[in-house]
Amino acid sequence: MLADVWGYLTDGSHWSGSTGIAAFLVQQLLLTVTAMVIAMVVGLPLAMYAGHRHRFGFLAVNVSNVGRAVPVFAVLLVLSLGPVGSEEFGPYGRAGLATLISLVLFALPPLITNTYVGITEVDNDIVEASRGMGMGERKVFTSVELPLAMSVIMTGVRLALVQVWATATIAALVAGPGLGRIITRGFANHRTYEVVAGAVLVAVVALLLEGLAVLAERYADPMRRAQRSDRRGRRTTLREEPLPEAVV
Amino acid sequence: MIRLVGVGKTYEDGTVAVQELDLDVQRGELVVLVGPSGCGKSTTLKMINRLIEPTSGQIFIDGQDVTQADPVQLRRGIGYVIQQIGLFPHQKVIRNVMTVPLLYGESTATARERARELLDLVGLDAATYGDRYPHQLSGGQRQRVGVARALAANPPVLLMDEPFGAVDPVVRIRLQDEFLKIQRELGKSVVLVTHDIDEAVRMGDRVAVFETGGRLAQFGTPAQLLAHPADEYVEDFVGATRGLRRLTVTPIDPEHLEPLDGVSTGDLGSAIDVDATLEEALAAMLRDDKPLVGVRSGAQFVGVLTPAGIHRQLRASLK
Ligand SMILES: Nc1ncnc2c1ncn2[C@@H]1O[C@H](COP(=O)(O)OP(=O)(O)OP(=O)(O)O)[C@@H](O)[C@H]1O
Ligand SMILES: [Mg+2]
Repeated sequence: MLADVWGYLTDGSHWSGSTGIAAFLVQQLLLTVTAMVIAMVVGLPLAMYAGHRHRFGFLAVNVSNVGRAVPVFAVLLVLSLGPVGSEEFGPYGRAGLATLISLVLFALPPLITNTYVGITEVDNDIVEASRGMGMGERKVFTSVELPLAMSVIMTGVRLALVQVWATATIAALVAGPGLGRIITRGFANHRTYEVVAGAVLVAVVALLLEGLAVLAERYADPMRRAQRSDRRGRRTTLREEPLPEAVV
Repeated sequence: MIRLVGVGKTYEDGTVAVQELDLDVQRGELVVLVGPSGCGKSTTLKMINRLIEPTSGQIFIDGQDVTQADPVQLRRGIGYVIQQIGLFPHQKVIRNVMTVPLLYGESTATARERARELLDLVGLDAATYGDRYPHQLSGGQRQRVGVARALAANPPVLLMDEPFGAVDPVVRIRLQDEFLKIQRELGKSVVLVTHDIDEAVRMGDRVAVFETGGRLAQFGTPAQLLAHPADEYVEDFVGATRGLRRLTVTPIDPEHLEPLDGVSTGDLGSAIDVDATLEEALAAMLRDDKPLVGVRSGAQFVGVLTPAGIHRQLRASLK
């Protein structure tokens, strides 16, 4: 069985062609990236504005509940049967548009909720201090709220990314695009090894994406830099040092 | 320099934080707002730099109505030390202090230079502490950074909300002394908030005593406050030991010194300067275990002070 899976995955002929692994992999990555970019372009500014103003909190927090309550499958089905249809859509394949729309919809909740919560949770004293020093609203946002919310926002991005990738696999169930096609194809032809191979691929890429997102999170979060400097060996001295005479 | 006329603040929920407040701060003067927790001290301070809008009355700085000013421009001319310090945790200490010069459009190099000077001014070695993050400092060190940051734009006005709150009494007194020294050099107009009456009489040129509900109970010099409390509330607030506190705020009056002649050299301990306070005089007597203390002006002895002399002087200052 495992040998069959391995054999399937290492056989170059299965990777090539318009219904090969490579094509589906690229297609699903393309879907995921496109959906993420659209969701971020739409969702982040809205959530950032709402967070900065401390308004529309009810909406921002409730989109995630709606997101959890509605099954992806239903949305996909309705979209592809309904007005959007399941035609080929450029490089995104069959039912590409319906798939993209539902992926964007499912990426939005974690993005919006985390961004909103991340920004509103920034210590109000620090925000007030920055206003008190004479920072304008834009400056308060870019140099205080955003950096301090970065880790929570990036967690939202990571959640959304992994969720979109996993959801994209399901798109195949409505004869859509992506790696899910390998799994459905395997089922249809009673080739268990093909089903398993598809699932393994999906899981491996999910882990890779998660890893990338964690790296990005680390890179983007200024608070990590602050904490890292502790570990560089410069120990914190909490002692009050004897003071030199204050001089002007 | 700063003038509040009939200023009041009622929050949306109906809380009256400040009512009908008249207050003025002269150029170069240090005015302390003191009162129990929740009496509207922070609210008053934040109305001066428009972090909170008053619901009645007017506030003038240099004759200009602050509600007519652009809040961002206004705040750049006012140093602000927030009660909770509020340093930026994601930036190094030096960067925190550079914030305001950078806002003004200074080059990074100039801002850094300025920040180094200021850290030195508040007694933190820039080379040691500049590259640390705020969480790597003690509470007292953080408060110093907060003060340095507020001074960074060299603003003529400084608002300080419990700037020495987070430290033990010993460090607190040292920070107070250092700040008074800085204040004497820089001559800022300062409004300082505290709930500690000792800090108020130590630091203030004038002290405003607030009562819960945002009422101004009395506004005067520390000596006036201690000698003539306006009402029972103030009397209570300045405390049963206000007699002792008056020693702190009453300077030696040469009128009440006794002549040096006839004093046996055995009774003479150390000598103190004529600019000292009665507290320092009494402290010297107790420390040396002597019935009197010598008072000199420069190298010249001008007389001796006895416990009876201190008493006489306190009584005279009551009139
Ligand atoms: N945003 C707000 N909304 C409603 N009430 C408020 C608000 N901010 C402060 N208050 C109330 O106004 C009153 C004065 O608050 P303020 O912060 O000015 O007190 P304070 O004198 O600085 O006290 P402390 O010494 O504890 O800092 C308090 O009763 C407080 O609960
Ligand atoms: Mg306060």
